[in-house]
Amino acid sequence: MSELSIFFTLLTVFVLAIFVGFEVISKVPTTLHTPLMSATNAIHGIVLVGAIIVTVKLLDPGHALATPLLTTITIVAVALGTINVVGGFAVTERMLQMFKKREPAKK
Amino acid sequence: MTAFILLRLAEIAAIVLFILGLHFLSSPATARFGNRLAAAGMLIAIIAALAPSHGYGWWAILVGVVIGTAVGLYSALKVKMTAMPQMVALFNGAGGGAAAAVSTVQYLLWERAHYAGVPLDVLTDVSLVISAIIGAVSAAGSVIAFLKLQELMTGRPITYRGQQFVNGIVALAIAGLAAWVMITLGVQPTWAYGVMVALALVLGVMFVLPIGGADMPVVISLLNSFTGLAVAITGFELRYNLLIIAGTLVGASGTMLTVLMGKAMNRPLRNVLFGAFGASGGMDVAAAKGGQQNVRSVTVDDVAVMLAFAQQVIVVPGYGMAVAQAQHSVRELADQLEKRGVTVKYAIHPVAGRMPGHMNVLLAEANVPYNQLYDMDDVNPEFARTDVALVIGANDVTNPAARNVASSPIYGMPILDVDKAANVIVLKRSMRSGFAGIENPLYEDPKTAMLFGDAKASVDSLISAVKAL
Repeated sequence: MSELSIFFTLLTVFVLAIFVGFEVISKVPTTLHTPLMSATNAIHGIVLVGAIIVTVKLLDPGHALATPLLTTITIVAVALGTINVVGGFAVTERMLQMFKKREPAKK
Repeated sequence: MTAFILLRLAEIAAIVLFILGLHFLSSPATARFGNRLAAAGMLIAIIAALAPSHGYGWWAILVGVVIGTAVGLYSALKVKMTAMPQMVALFNGAGGGAAAAVSTVQYLLWERAHYAGVPLDVLTDVSLVISAIIGAVSAAGSVIAFLKLQELMTGRPITYRGQQFVNGIVALAIAGLAAWVMITLGVQPTWAYGVMVALALVLGVMFVLPIGGADMPVVISLLNSFTGLAVAITGFELRYNLLIIAGTLVGASGTMLTVLMGKAMNRPLRNVLFGAFGASGGMDVAAAKGGQQNVRSVTVDDVAVMLAFAQQVIVVPGYGMAVAQAQHSVRELADQLEKRGVTVKYAIHPVAGRMPGHMNVLLAEANVPYNQLYDMDDVNPEFARTDVALVIGANDVTNPAARNVASSPIYGMPILDVDKAANVIVLKRSMRSGFAGIENPLYEDPKTAMLFGDAKASVDSLISAVKAL
Protein backbone atom coordinates (compact mmCIF):
# COMPACT_ATOMS: atom_id res chain seq x y z
CA MET A 1 0.00 0.00 0.00
CA SER A 2 1.36 3.38 -0.88
CA GLU A 3 2.15 5.98 1.74
CA LEU A 4 -0.68 8.17 0.54
CA SER A 5 -3.35 5.50 0.72
CA ILE A 6 -2.22 4.55 4.25
CA PHE A 7 -2.58 8.19 5.19
CA PHE A 8 -6.10 8.36 3.80
CA THR A 9 -7.15 5.18 5.56
CA LEU A 10 -5.94 6.64 8.85
CA LEU A 11 -7.55 9.98 8.07
CA THR A 12 -10.89 8.26 7.46
CA VAL A 13 -10.67 6.58 10.85
CA PHE A 14 -9.77 9.93 12.42
CA VAL A 15 -12.74 11.74 10.89
CA LEU A 16 -15.19 9.01 11.85
CA ALA A 17 -13.85 9.02 15.41
CA ILE A 18 -14.53 12.76 15.68
CA PHE A 19 -18.18 12.14 14.99
CA VAL A 20 -18.39 9.19 17.37
CA GLY A 21 -16.75 11.36 20.04
CA PHE A 22 -19.24 14.19 19.68
CA GLU A 23 -22.16 11.78 19.47
CA VAL A 24 -21.30 9.78 22.58
CA ILE A 25 -20.44 12.78 24.74
CA SER A 26 -23.39 14.98 23.85
CA LYS A 27 -25.65 12.75 25.94
CA VAL A 28 -23.73 13.12 29.19
CA PRO A 29 -25.53 15.30 31.79
CA THR A 30 -23.72 18.12 33.61
CA THR A 31 -23.85 16.07 36.81
CA LEU A 32 -21.29 13.73 35.35
CA HIS A 33 -19.04 16.20 33.58
CA THR A 34 -16.22 15.96 36.11
CA PRO A 35 -16.06 12.13 36.07
CA LEU A 36 -16.45 12.29 32.29
CA MET A 37 -13.53 14.63 31.92
CA SER A 38 -11.43 12.45 34.15
CA ALA A 39 -12.46 9.25 32.31
CA THR A 40 -11.68 10.70 28.87
CA ASN A 41 -8.45 11.93 30.39
CA ALA A 42 -7.65 8.33 31.33
CA ILE A 43 -8.53 7.14 27.83
CA HIS A 44 -5.95 9.37 26.17
CA GLY A 45 -3.53 7.47 28.37
CA ILE A 46 -3.62 5.07 25.41
CA VAL A 47 -0.44 6.95 24.52
CA LEU A 48 1.09 4.39 26.90
CA VAL A 49 0.60 1.84 24.12
CA GLY A 50 2.53 4.15 21.80
CA ALA A 51 5.28 4.40 24.41
CA ILE A 52 5.40 0.60 24.68
CA ILE A 53 5.65 0.17 20.91
CA VAL A 54 8.50 2.66 20.69
CA THR A 55 10.33 1.09 23.62
CA VAL A 56 10.10 -2.36 22.06
CA LYS A 57 11.41 -1.00 18.76
CA LEU A 58 14.25 0.81 20.49
CA LEU A 59 15.40 -2.11 22.60
CA ASP A 60 15.07 -4.72 19.85
CA PRO A 61 18.59 -6.21 19.97
CA GLY A 62 18.46 -6.84 16.22
CA HIS A 63 18.64 -3.12 15.47
CA ALA A 64 21.18 -2.01 18.08
CA LEU A 65 19.63 1.44 18.29
CA ALA A 66 19.51 2.01 22.01
CA THR A 67 21.51 4.73 23.71
CA PRO A 68 21.24 5.64 27.40
CA LEU A 69 19.50 8.91 26.50
CA LEU A 70 16.91 7.24 24.27
CA THR A 71 16.28 4.48 26.81
CA THR A 72 15.75 7.08 29.53
CA ILE A 73 13.26 9.02 27.41
CA THR A 74 11.25 5.87 26.65
CA ILE A 75 11.11 4.92 30.32
CA VAL A 76 9.91 8.44 31.10
CA ALA A 77 7.29 8.12 28.34
CA VAL A 78 6.05 4.79 29.71
CA ALA A 79 5.96 6.16 33.27
CA LEU A 80 4.03 9.30 32.24
CA GLY A 81 1.59 7.24 30.16
CA THR A 82 1.04 4.89 33.09
CA ILE A 83 0.40 7.78 35.49
CA ASN A 84 -2.19 9.05 33.03
CA VAL A 85 -3.92 5.66 32.70
CA VAL A 86 -3.78 4.38 36.27
CA GLY A 87 -4.37 7.74 37.94
CA GLY A 88 -7.17 8.63 35.54
CA PHE A 89 -9.18 5.48 35.92
CA ALA A 90 -8.60 5.22 39.68
CA VAL A 91 -9.71 8.77 40.34
CA THR A 92 -12.80 8.35 38.15
CA GLU A 93 -13.71 5.16 39.98
CA ARG A 94 -13.34 6.97 43.31
CA MET A 95 -15.68 9.74 42.21
CA LEU A 96 -18.28 7.46 40.73
CA GLN A 97 -18.37 5.27 43.83
CA MET A 98 -19.93 8.19 45.61
CA PHE A 99 -22.83 8.82 43.26
CA LYS A 100 -25.89 7.36 44.94
CA LYS A 101 -29.56 7.61 44.23
CA ARG A 102 -32.04 8.32 46.98
CA GLU A 103 -33.48 5.03 48.22
CA PRO A 104 -37.26 4.88 47.69
CA ALA A 105 -37.80 5.23 51.46
CA LYS A 106 -39.88 8.05 52.98
CA LYS A 107 -43.39 7.42 51.73
CA MET B 1 -1.20 -15.48 10.97
CA THR B 2 -3.49 -16.55 13.80
CA ALA B 3 -1.55 -14.31 16.14
CA PHE B 4 -1.97 -11.40 13.75
CA ILE B 5 -5.74 -11.92 13.56
CA LEU B 6 -6.03 -12.23 17.33
CA LEU B 7 -4.10 -9.01 17.88
CA ARG B 8 -6.20 -7.04 15.40
CA LEU B 9 -9.37 -8.40 17.02
CA ALA B 10 -8.08 -7.43 20.45
CA GLU B 11 -7.53 -3.87 19.20
CA ILE B 12 -11.06 -3.72 17.86
CA ALA B 13 -12.34 -5.02 21.18
CA ALA B 14 -10.46 -2.25 22.98
CA ILE B 15 -12.02 0.38 20.69
CA VAL B 16 -15.50 -1.02 21.26
CA LEU B 17 -14.93 -1.02 25.02
CA PHE B 18 -13.81 2.63 24.97
CA ILE B 19 -16.88 3.74 23.05
CA LEU B 20 -19.28 1.67 25.15
CA GLY B 21 -17.54 2.90 28.28
CA LEU B 22 -18.15 6.52 27.31
CA HIS B 23 -21.72 5.63 26.40
CA PHE B 24 -22.39 4.16 29.85
CA LEU B 25 -20.85 7.23 31.48
CA SER B 26 -23.90 9.19 30.42
CA SER B 27 -26.03 8.05 33.36
CA PRO B 28 -25.07 8.10 37.04
CA ALA B 29 -26.52 4.60 37.45
CA THR B 30 -24.25 3.02 34.86
CA ALA B 31 -21.27 5.37 34.95
CA ARG B 32 -19.12 3.14 37.13
CA PHE B 33 -19.66 0.22 34.79
CA GLY B 34 -18.69 2.49 31.90
CA ASN B 35 -15.45 3.50 33.56
CA ARG B 36 -14.56 -0.14 34.17
CA LEU B 37 -15.34 -1.06 30.56
CA ALA B 38 -12.96 1.63 29.39
CA ALA B 39 -10.30 0.45 31.85
CA ALA B 40 -10.73 -3.12 30.57
CA GLY B 41 -10.30 -1.81 27.02
CA MET B 42 -7.06 -0.17 28.09
CA LEU B 43 -5.77 -3.40 29.62
CA ILE B 44 -6.53 -5.33 26.43
CA ALA B 45 -4.80 -2.66 24.35
CA ILE B 46 -1.68 -2.85 26.52
CA ILE B 47 -1.56 -6.66 26.35
CA ALA B 48 -2.02 -6.53 22.58
CA ALA B 49 0.93 -4.13 22.32
CA LEU B 50 3.18 -6.31 24.47
CA ALA B 51 2.23 -9.67 22.96
CA PRO B 52 4.19 -9.52 19.68
CA SER B 53 7.30 -7.94 21.19
CA HIS B 54 9.42 -11.04 22.00
CA GLY B 55 10.15 -9.55 25.39
CA TYR B 56 12.36 -6.83 23.92
CA GLY B 57 12.54 -3.84 26.19
CA TRP B 58 10.21 -5.35 28.76
CA TRP B 59 12.56 -4.46 31.57
CA ALA B 60 12.37 -0.79 30.61
CA ILE B 61 8.59 -0.97 30.23
CA LEU B 62 8.36 -2.65 33.61
CA VAL B 63 10.43 0.09 35.26
CA GLY B 64 8.21 2.77 33.71
CA VAL B 65 4.97 0.98 34.56
CA VAL B 66 5.97 0.38 38.18
CA ILE B 67 6.96 4.02 38.69
CA GLY B 68 3.86 5.26 36.88
CA THR B 69 1.49 2.97 38.76
CA ALA B 70 2.98 3.93 42.12
CA VAL B 71 2.73 7.66 41.41
CA GLY B 72 -0.64 7.53 39.65
CA LEU B 73 -2.36 5.27 42.15
CA TYR B 74 -0.95 7.06 45.17
CA SER B 75 -2.09 10.48 43.99
CA ALA B 76 -5.47 9.20 42.79
CA LEU B 77 -6.23 7.64 46.16
CA LYS B 78 -4.88 10.49 48.27
CA VAL B 79 -6.32 13.49 46.44
CA LYS B 80 -9.16 15.37 48.11
CA MET B 81 -12.34 15.74 46.09
CA THR B 82 -11.97 19.52 46.26
CA ALA B 83 -8.62 19.21 44.51
CA MET B 84 -10.00 17.09 41.67
CA PRO B 85 -9.62 19.72 38.91
CA GLN B 86 -5.88 20.15 39.48
CA MET B 87 -5.43 16.37 39.77
CA VAL B 88 -7.07 15.89 36.37
CA ALA B 89 -4.84 18.65 35.04
CA LEU B 90 -1.72 16.84 36.22
CA PHE B 91 -2.78 13.48 34.79
CA ASN B 92 -3.55 15.28 31.56
CA GLY B 93 -0.12 16.88 31.58
CA ALA B 94 1.43 13.44 32.04
CA GLY B 95 -0.38 12.22 28.92
CA GLY B 96 0.76 15.23 26.90
CA GLY B 97 4.31 14.74 28.12
CA ALA B 98 4.19 11.07 27.15
CA ALA B 99 3.03 11.96 23.62
CA ALA B 100 5.87 14.47 23.25
CA ALA B 101 8.39 11.95 24.62
CA VAL B 102 7.22 9.22 22.21
CA SER B 103 7.62 11.60 19.29
CA THR B 104 11.04 12.68 20.49
CA VAL B 105 12.24 9.08 20.67
CA GLN B 106 10.83 8.48 17.21
CA TYR B 107 12.65 11.53 15.93
CA LEU B 108 16.00 10.61 17.48
CA LEU B 109 15.65 6.99 16.35
CA TRP B 110 14.95 8.04 12.86
CA GLU B 111 17.76 10.56 12.88
CA ARG B 112 20.15 7.72 13.68
CA ALA B 113 18.59 5.59 10.96
CA HIS B 114 18.78 8.50 8.55
CA TYR B 115 22.52 8.76 8.97
CA ALA B 116 22.59 5.06 8.19
CA GLY B 117 20.89 5.89 4.91
CA VAL B 118 17.23 5.10 5.59
CA PRO B 119 14.99 7.99 4.47
CA LEU B 120 11.93 8.91 6.52
CA ASP B 121 8.49 9.05 5.01
CA VAL B 122 6.56 12.30 5.02
CA LEU B 123 3.68 11.02 7.15
CA THR B 124 5.87 10.03 10.10
CA ASP B 125 7.93 13.19 9.75
CA VAL B 126 5.00 15.60 9.79
CA SER B 127 2.96 13.82 12.44
CA LEU B 128 5.79 13.41 14.91
CA VAL B 129 6.61 17.11 14.74
CA ILE B 130 2.97 18.11 15.31
CA SER B 131 2.35 15.67 18.12
CA ALA B 132 5.56 16.71 19.88
CA ILE B 133 4.50 20.37 19.77
CA ILE B 134 0.92 19.84 20.92
CA GLY B 135 1.98 17.35 23.58
CA ALA B 136 4.58 19.75 24.98
CA VAL B 137 2.18 22.71 25.03
CA SER B 138 -0.40 20.57 26.81
CA ALA B 139 2.08 19.22 29.37
CA ALA B 140 3.51 22.62 30.32
CA GLY B 141 0.10 24.31 30.29
CA SER B 142 -1.34 21.60 32.54
CA VAL B 143 1.42 22.09 35.09
CA ILE B 144 0.70 25.84 35.25
CA ALA B 145 -3.03 25.11 35.58
CA PHE B 146 -2.20 22.76 38.45
CA LEU B 147 0.01 25.35 40.18
CA LYS B 148 -2.70 27.99 39.89
CA LEU B 149 -5.52 25.80 41.20
CA GLN B 150 -3.36 24.37 43.97
CA GLU B 151 -2.59 27.99 44.85
CA LEU B 152 1.12 27.36 44.65
CA MET B 153 1.13 30.44 42.45
CA THR B 154 -1.34 33.28 42.20
CA GLY B 155 -4.70 32.46 40.65
CA ARG B 156 -4.90 35.98 39.27
CA PRO B 157 -4.10 36.47 35.61
CA ILE B 158 -0.44 37.30 35.06
CA THR B 159 -0.24 39.90 32.32
CA TYR B 160 2.25 42.36 30.95
CA ARG B 161 2.36 44.77 28.07
CA GLY B 162 2.76 43.14 24.68
CA GLN B 163 2.07 39.70 26.08
CA GLN B 164 0.09 38.51 23.10
CA PHE B 165 2.74 39.87 20.80
CA VAL B 166 5.44 37.88 22.61
CA ASN B 167 3.27 34.74 22.55
CA GLY B 168 2.70 35.30 18.86
CA ILE B 169 6.44 35.54 18.23
CA VAL B 170 7.05 32.30 20.15
CA ALA B 171 4.29 30.56 18.19
CA LEU B 172 5.80 31.81 14.93
CA ALA B 173 9.26 30.61 15.94
CA ILE B 174 7.82 27.17 16.71
CA ALA B 175 6.04 27.09 13.36
CA GLY B 176 9.23 28.13 11.58
CA LEU B 177 11.36 25.48 13.27
CA ALA B 178 8.64 22.88 12.68
CA ALA B 179 8.56 23.69 8.98
CA TRP B 180 12.34 23.47 8.83
CA VAL B 181 12.40 20.10 10.60
CA MET B 182 9.63 18.77 8.39
CA ILE B 183 10.95 20.00 5.05
CA THR B 184 14.60 19.15 5.46
CA LEU B 185 13.68 15.68 6.74
CA GLY B 186 16.41 15.56 9.34
CA VAL B 187 19.28 17.15 7.44
CA GLN B 188 19.02 20.03 9.91
CA PRO B 189 20.92 19.71 13.19
CA THR B 190 19.26 18.02 16.17
CA TRP B 191 19.16 21.30 18.10
CA ALA B 192 16.42 22.59 15.79
CA TYR B 193 14.10 19.86 17.01
CA GLY B 194 15.21 20.40 20.62
CA VAL B 195 14.61 24.15 20.51
CA MET B 196 11.24 23.56 18.88
CA VAL B 197 10.09 21.31 21.75
CA ALA B 198 11.56 23.68 24.36
CA LEU B 199 9.70 26.64 22.81
CA ALA B 200 6.49 24.59 22.78
CA LEU B 201 6.91 24.09 26.53
CA VAL B 202 7.47 27.83 26.96
CA LEU B 203 4.37 28.55 24.91
CA GLY B 204 2.33 26.19 27.10
CA VAL B 205 3.41 28.14 30.18
CA MET B 206 2.84 31.55 28.66
CA PHE B 207 -0.53 30.68 27.23
CA VAL B 208 -1.95 29.67 30.63
CA LEU B 209 -0.30 32.45 32.71
CA PRO B 210 -2.73 35.24 31.71
CA ILE B 211 -5.80 33.10 32.41
CA GLY B 212 -7.47 33.64 35.79
CA GLY B 213 -8.25 30.92 38.29
CA ALA B 214 -11.99 31.11 37.64
CA ASP B 215 -11.43 30.19 34.00
CA MET B 216 -9.04 27.35 34.75
CA PRO B 217 -11.69 24.59 34.30
CA VAL B 218 -12.18 25.70 30.70
CA VAL B 219 -8.44 25.59 30.20
CA ILE B 220 -8.16 22.10 31.68
CA SER B 221 -10.89 20.89 29.38
CA LEU B 222 -9.17 22.49 26.42
CA LEU B 223 -5.79 21.01 27.38
CA ASN B 224 -7.52 17.64 27.74
CA SER B 225 -8.62 17.88 24.13
CA PHE B 226 -5.11 19.02 23.13
CA THR B 227 -3.62 15.90 24.66
CA GLY B 228 -6.28 13.80 22.94
CA LEU B 229 -5.29 15.37 19.65
CA ALA B 230 -1.57 14.90 20.32
CA VAL B 231 -2.23 11.21 21.04
CA ALA B 232 -4.32 10.83 17.88
CA ILE B 233 -1.49 12.33 15.82
CA THR B 234 0.96 9.99 17.55
CA GLY B 235 -1.37 7.30 16.14
CA PHE B 236 -0.70 8.63 12.61
CA GLU B 237 2.99 8.58 13.39
CA LEU B 238 2.88 4.94 14.50
CA ARG B 239 0.13 4.01 12.00
CA TYR B 240 -1.94 2.70 14.82
CA ASN B 241 -5.72 3.00 14.61
CA LEU B 242 -6.21 2.40 18.31
CA LEU B 243 -4.30 5.56 19.23
CA ILE B 244 -6.05 7.56 16.55
CA ILE B 245 -9.51 6.51 17.69
CA ALA B 246 -8.97 6.80 21.44
CA GLY B 247 -7.13 10.11 21.09
CA THR B 248 -9.75 11.55 18.78
CA LEU B 249 -12.63 10.49 21.04
CA VAL B 250 -10.99 12.51 23.81
CA GLY B 251 -10.16 15.41 21.51
CA ALA B 252 -13.78 15.63 20.36
CA SER B 253 -15.26 15.26 23.83
CA GLY B 254 -12.84 17.77 25.33
CA THR B 255 -13.72 20.28 22.63
CA MET B 256 -17.41 19.72 23.23
CA LEU B 257 -17.06 20.18 27.01
CA THR B 258 -15.00 23.32 26.48
CA VAL B 259 -17.74 24.79 24.30
CA LEU B 260 -20.46 23.81 26.79
CA MET B 261 -18.56 25.49 29.61
CA GLY B 262 -18.04 28.61 27.56
CA LYS B 263 -21.80 28.69 27.02
CA ALA B 264 -22.47 28.22 30.74
CA MET B 265 -20.39 31.31 31.41
CA ASN B 266 -21.62 33.10 28.31
CA ARG B 267 -18.07 33.75 27.22
CA PRO B 268 -16.65 32.84 23.86
CA LEU B 269 -13.47 30.77 24.09
CA ARG B 270 -11.41 33.60 22.63
CA ASN B 271 -12.40 35.78 25.54
CA VAL B 272 -11.46 33.08 28.08
CA LEU B 273 -8.06 32.56 26.52
CA PHE B 274 -7.08 36.14 25.76
CA GLY B 275 -9.38 38.22 27.97
CA ALA B 276 -7.30 38.03 31.21
CA PHE B 277 -10.64 37.83 32.99
CA GLY B 278 -10.72 39.20 36.53
CA ALA B 279 -7.51 41.19 36.17
CA SER B 280 -9.30 44.51 36.28
CA GLY B 281 -12.82 45.67 35.46
CA GLY B 282 -14.88 44.52 38.42
CA MET B 283 -12.34 45.70 40.93
CA ASP B 284 -12.52 49.27 39.63
CA VAL B 285 -16.28 49.37 40.02
CA ALA B 286 -15.94 48.22 43.62
CA ALA B 287 -13.24 50.73 44.41
CA ALA B 288 -15.32 53.58 43.00
CA LYS B 289 -18.22 52.60 45.24
CA GLY B 290 -15.95 52.35 48.26
CA GLY B 291 -16.72 48.67 48.68
CA GLN B 292 -19.95 47.11 49.81
CA GLN B 293 -21.11 48.31 53.19
CA ASN B 294 -24.90 48.25 53.27
CA VAL B 295 -25.33 44.64 54.18
CA ARG B 296 -27.54 43.20 56.87
CA SER B 297 -26.26 40.42 59.06
CA VAL B 298 -28.37 37.98 61.07
CA THR B 299 -27.89 35.55 63.91
CA VAL B 300 -27.91 31.79 63.70
CA ASP B 301 -31.18 31.57 65.64
CA ASP B 302 -33.02 33.85 63.21
CA VAL B 303 -31.87 31.78 60.29
CA ALA B 304 -32.80 28.52 62.04
CA VAL B 305 -36.37 29.74 62.56
CA MET B 306 -36.65 30.87 58.95
CA LEU B 307 -35.43 27.54 57.68
CA ALA B 308 -37.44 25.36 60.02
CA PHE B 309 -40.76 27.02 59.17
CA ALA B 310 -40.19 27.29 55.46
CA GLN B 311 -42.03 25.26 52.86
CA GLN B 312 -39.18 25.03 50.46
CA VAL B 313 -35.50 25.75 50.91
CA ILE B 314 -33.02 25.77 48.06
CA VAL B 315 -29.40 25.30 48.98
CA VAL B 316 -26.96 27.00 46.62
CA PRO B 317 -23.57 25.45 47.31
CA GLY B 318 -20.36 26.95 46.05
CA TYR B 319 -16.70 26.23 46.19
CA GLY B 320 -16.49 28.05 49.54
CA MET B 321 -18.61 25.29 51.06
CA ALA B 322 -16.21 22.67 49.77
CA VAL B 323 -13.16 24.54 51.02
CA ALA B 324 -14.69 24.68 54.50
CA GLN B 325 -15.48 20.93 54.18
CA ALA B 326 -19.04 21.86 55.09
CA GLN B 327 -20.82 19.53 52.68
CA HIS B 328 -21.41 16.81 55.29
CA SER B 329 -22.86 19.35 57.71
CA VAL B 330 -25.04 20.80 54.96
CA ARG B 331 -26.43 17.38 54.26
CA GLU B 332 -27.15 16.90 57.97
CA LEU B 333 -28.93 20.25 58.11
CA ALA B 334 -31.01 19.25 55.09
CA ASP B 335 -31.91 15.98 56.83
CA GLN B 336 -33.07 17.88 59.91
CA LEU B 337 -35.18 20.21 57.77
CA GLU B 338 -36.72 17.36 55.82
CA LYS B 339 -37.70 15.70 59.08
CA ARG B 340 -39.73 18.82 59.77
CA GLY B 341 -41.41 18.57 56.39
CA VAL B 342 -39.38 21.20 54.55
CA THR B 343 -38.64 20.46 50.91
CA VAL B 344 -34.89 20.82 50.31
CA LYS B 345 -33.38 21.14 46.88
CA TYR B 346 -29.86 21.84 45.76
CA ALA B 347 -29.29 24.27 42.92
CA ILE B 348 -26.18 23.47 40.95
CA HIS B 349 -24.80 26.04 38.57
CA PRO B 350 -23.02 24.47 35.59
CA VAL B 351 -19.71 25.99 36.70
CA ALA B 352 -20.20 25.65 40.46
CA GLY B 353 -17.00 24.42 42.02
CA ARG B 354 -13.96 24.57 39.85
CA MET B 355 -14.99 22.28 37.06
CA PRO B 356 -18.34 21.49 35.47
CA GLY B 357 -20.01 18.87 37.62
CA HIS B 358 -17.43 19.35 40.37
CA MET B 359 -20.09 20.36 42.89
CA ASN B 360 -22.05 17.20 42.11
CA VAL B 361 -19.00 15.14 42.98
CA LEU B 362 -18.47 17.04 46.22
CA LEU B 363 -22.10 16.62 47.29
CA ALA B 364 -22.07 12.98 46.27
CA GLU B 365 -19.08 12.60 48.58
CA ALA B 366 -21.35 13.85 51.38
CA ASN B 367 -23.99 11.26 50.42
CA VAL B 368 -26.44 13.74 48.99
CA PRO B 369 -28.55 11.70 46.57
CA TYR B 370 -28.03 12.92 43.01
CA ASN B 371 -31.75 13.16 42.29
CA GLN B 372 -31.96 16.01 44.81
CA LEU B 373 -29.54 18.08 42.76
CA TYR B 374 -31.11 20.39 40.21
CA ASP B 375 -29.52 21.97 37.17
CA MET B 376 -29.78 25.71 36.71
CA ASP B 377 -32.51 25.60 34.07
CA ASP B 378 -34.68 23.28 36.16
CA VAL B 379 -34.29 25.14 39.41
CA ASN B 380 -34.50 28.78 38.33
CA PRO B 381 -38.31 28.85 38.01
CA GLU B 382 -38.44 27.33 41.51
CA PHE B 383 -36.86 30.29 43.30
CA ALA B 384 -40.06 32.35 43.05
CA ARG B 385 -41.81 29.61 45.02
CA THR B 386 -39.03 29.33 47.55
CA ASP B 387 -39.06 30.74 51.06
CA VAL B 388 -35.35 30.64 51.71
CA ALA B 389 -32.42 30.44 49.37
CA LEU B 390 -29.41 29.36 51.40
CA VAL B 391 -26.25 30.43 49.60
CA ILE B 392 -23.25 28.63 51.06
CA GLY B 393 -19.90 29.78 49.77
CA ALA B 394 -21.22 30.57 46.31
CA ASN B 395 -20.73 34.03 44.93
CA ASP B 396 -20.33 34.83 41.25
CA VAL B 397 -22.96 32.32 40.10
CA THR B 398 -25.59 34.20 42.15
CA ASN B 399 -24.56 37.68 41.09
CA PRO B 400 -27.56 39.56 39.64
CA ALA B 401 -25.13 42.00 38.02
CA ALA B 402 -24.76 39.33 35.36
CA ARG B 403 -28.38 40.02 34.42
CA ASN B 404 -28.62 43.77 34.57
CA VAL B 405 -25.26 45.57 34.83
CA ALA B 406 -23.93 45.80 31.31
CA SER B 407 -20.54 47.03 32.51
CA SER B 408 -19.99 44.02 34.78
CA PRO B 409 -17.31 41.59 33.57
CA ILE B 410 -19.76 38.72 34.05
CA TYR B 411 -22.64 40.48 32.28
CA GLY B 412 -24.63 37.93 30.30
CA MET B 413 -23.47 34.89 32.26
CA PRO B 414 -26.49 32.74 33.13
CA ILE B 415 -26.90 32.78 36.90
CA LEU B 416 -29.03 31.16 39.57
CA ASP B 417 -31.93 33.54 40.27
CA VAL B 418 -31.59 33.39 44.05
CA ASP B 419 -32.77 36.99 44.37
CA LYS B 420 -36.26 35.81 43.29
CA ALA B 421 -36.64 33.83 46.52
CA ALA B 422 -38.59 35.38 49.41
CA ASN B 423 -35.47 35.41 51.58
CA VAL B 424 -31.84 34.99 50.82
CA ILE B 425 -29.35 33.89 53.44
CA VAL B 426 -25.72 34.12 52.45
CA LEU B 427 -23.16 32.21 54.46
CA LYS B 428 -19.85 33.87 53.93
CA ARG B 429 -16.52 34.13 55.66
CA SER B 430 -16.11 37.84 55.02
CA MET B 431 -17.03 40.48 52.47
CA ARG B 432 -14.12 39.50 50.28
CA SER B 433 -15.20 39.21 46.65
CA GLY B 434 -15.43 35.92 44.79
CA PHE B 435 -12.95 33.91 42.76
CA ALA B 436 -13.50 36.18 39.79
CA GLY B 437 -12.90 39.26 41.95
CA ILE B 438 -16.26 40.93 41.27
CA GLU B 439 -18.58 42.64 43.78
CA ASN B 440 -22.00 41.09 44.24
CA PRO B 441 -25.00 43.44 44.54
CA LEU B 442 -27.07 40.51 45.84
CA TYR B 443 -25.60 41.21 49.28
CA GLU B 444 -27.09 44.70 49.35
CA ASP B 445 -30.55 43.46 48.42
CA PRO B 446 -33.00 44.19 51.30
CA LYS B 447 -34.18 40.57 51.14
CA THR B 448 -30.68 39.34 51.75
CA ALA B 449 -29.13 38.69 55.13
CA MET B 450 -25.56 37.67 55.74
CA LEU B 451 -24.43 35.04 58.20
CA PHE B 452 -20.71 35.65 58.59
CA GLY B 453 -18.26 33.01 59.68
CA ASP B 454 -16.70 29.75 58.64
CA ALA B 455 -19.27 27.85 56.57
CA LYS B 456 -18.88 24.61 58.48
CA ALA B 457 -19.12 26.25 61.89
CA SER B 458 -22.18 28.25 60.80
CA VAL B 459 -23.97 25.23 59.40
CA ASP B 460 -23.12 23.17 62.49
CA SER B 461 -24.63 25.78 64.77
CA LEU B 462 -27.65 25.98 62.46
CA ILE B 463 -28.13 22.24 62.91
CA SER B 464 -28.21 22.48 66.68
CA ALA B 465 -30.44 25.56 66.54
CA VAL B 466 -32.92 23.79 64.29
CA LYS B 467 -32.84 20.71 66.53
CA ALA B 468 -33.55 22.88 69.56
CA LEU B 469 -36.68 24.40 68.04
